[in-house]
Amino acid sequence: MDLIRMLNVKKTYKTGTTAIYDLNLSIEKGEFVFIIGATGCGKSTLIKMLYREEKPSSGKILVGGLDVGKIKNRKVYKLRRKIGVVFQNYQLLPNSTAYENVAFALEVLGLPKDEIHTKVMKVLDLVGLKNKAKQYPNHLSGGEQQRVAIARAIVNGPKILICDEPTGNLDPKTSMEIMEVLEAINELGTTILMVTHDIEIVKKMKKRVILLDSGRVVKDYKKGEYKRESI
Amino acid sequence: MKAFRILSRNIRDSFKSVFRNFSLSLASISCITITLIVVAVAIVLSLNVNNFTKIVEKDVTIVAFLDVDITEEEIDDVYDELLTLDNINCLSGESSGTCDKKDITFVDKMDISKDMMASSEVLDSIMKDYTRENSPIQDTYQIKVDDINLISKTADEIKEIENVDVVKYGEGMVEQLVSVFDAIRKGTIFMVIALIIVTAFLIANTIKITIMSRKREIEIMRLVGASNINIKLPFIFEGLLLGMFGSIIPIIITIYGYTALYDHFGGHLFTNFIKLIAPTPFVYLTSLGLLVIGMVVGMFGSARAVKKYLKI
Repeated sequence: MDLIRMLNVKKTYKTGTTAIYDLNLSIEKGEFVFIIGATGCGKSTLIKMLYREEKPSSGKILVGGLDVGKIKNRKVYKLRRKIGVVFQNYQLLPNSTAYENVAFALEVLGLPKDEIHTKVMKVLDLVGLKNKAKQYPNHLSGGEQQRVAIARAIVNGPKILICDEPTGNLDPKTSMEIMEVLEAINELGTTILMVTHDIEIVKKMKKRVILLDSGRVVKDYKKGEYKRESI
Repeated sequence: MKAFRILSRNIRDSFKSVFRNFSLSLASISCITITLIVVAVAIVLSLNVNNFTKIVEKDVTIVAFLDVDITEEEIDDVYDELLTLDNINCLSGESSGTCDKKDITFVDKMDISKDMMASSEVLDSIMKDYTRENSPIQDTYQIKVDDINLISKTADEIKEIENVDVVKYGEGMVEQLVSVFDAIRKGTIFMVIALIIVTAFLIANTIKITIMSRKREIEIMRLVGASNINIKLPFIFEGLLLGMFGSIIPIIITIYGYTALYDHFGGHLFTNFIKLIAPTPFVYLTSLGLLVIGMVVGMFGSARAVKKYLKI
């Protein structure tokens, strides 16, 4: 069953630049998909449209049956609660501890304190940071900060986790540790879409790979098919 | 229950935020403090000027000179006629709708004679032979009006009353006084309003800078699925808190500064003629005003600044 469907999607910015041309894509529930391509090929625009940071200029984007392009600005939060997003620069609140950063995603839902505590500690345990819950982001390493960001993105059990170059700022060893965390999350049933430039990771993970070029899907490799094409 | 949890979280977060972003909060609080001190000074000055002009206006009196040969019965009739006029200051019973006692004072011509005789030996020798019947001095009614702008009309109405000979109220000078006081009053009110508007912009812009520096925080809030109201509320509370903290020093200055000033000058400024407003309840009402201005402006300043990042 398709969790994400993109039908004839086109995105042209106000400046006149077209980032995505006539894109058609289907992603099934539980898949782990890499989106790769050269800088400026439209990877970021594609995922921004999924969590409705950008609206498609034409075409249809369905996420869990919901037409994302038709959601009103003030209702976008409802979609965001179903999608977790992780960025290259972690996007953590610098004045909040690791625990508070993760708890924040549940507090906005108005959950009781006890429930928040249980869920946050569980997810911090999953990413291996249970003992660093009280640390502030600037006291954590890059890999640890990214783990906090992942924990925050998955704490309310989203169906989809979107990762925009989550290993971009990390060394190869830490990057692989992050990938292990993401794989564990995927095994629990969360669909993962990951934009990356790191071909080594893509090769090692042996997942579905979508190659973009100039706003178009040029190749869609099935699980394990992608080997050594350069981008 | 859920709404209460969200609200209490917002209040808690706004407190945390004020202290965690302390340097920016301090900048906002300082800006609010300085501008509210200026507003406080303007309010105190303006209300005292208004008070002084009102006191002077209340002192303006119409003097109705009665006919020289008026009888006591006719004096009473004039009084009854005066009671029917609208624009006469009411001394008591106004709240019940009908005025029990109006500000009308009868001054007997013999009392006037006595005063004149006491003031000068020459007058004493001239006037000592006059009796009530042959005295050239006239009995008078001294009347205080309610609205000084209508004094000329009221004076005309009094003049129409039978046995009223002449009516005097300082024509010309009173009108001039009224127009000068009116200009002063309007000027001070305009100054206070203008200052409050400038203050509002200053505070709103300072808070805006504080919030702009937290653009990332707002973006993260949006990202994790916080609704617009959920994002706005902590910032609105924060603005309210900044406004509240910023009004503390102006309030202290207003309460203690004005009371000290009042005591120092003994309730009068330079001369007994210029009375200052008594500190209680004046300073408390002004303080309340400052607190409300600080909080409301802080709230709206924050709300406006956050809106910019919400893509509403």
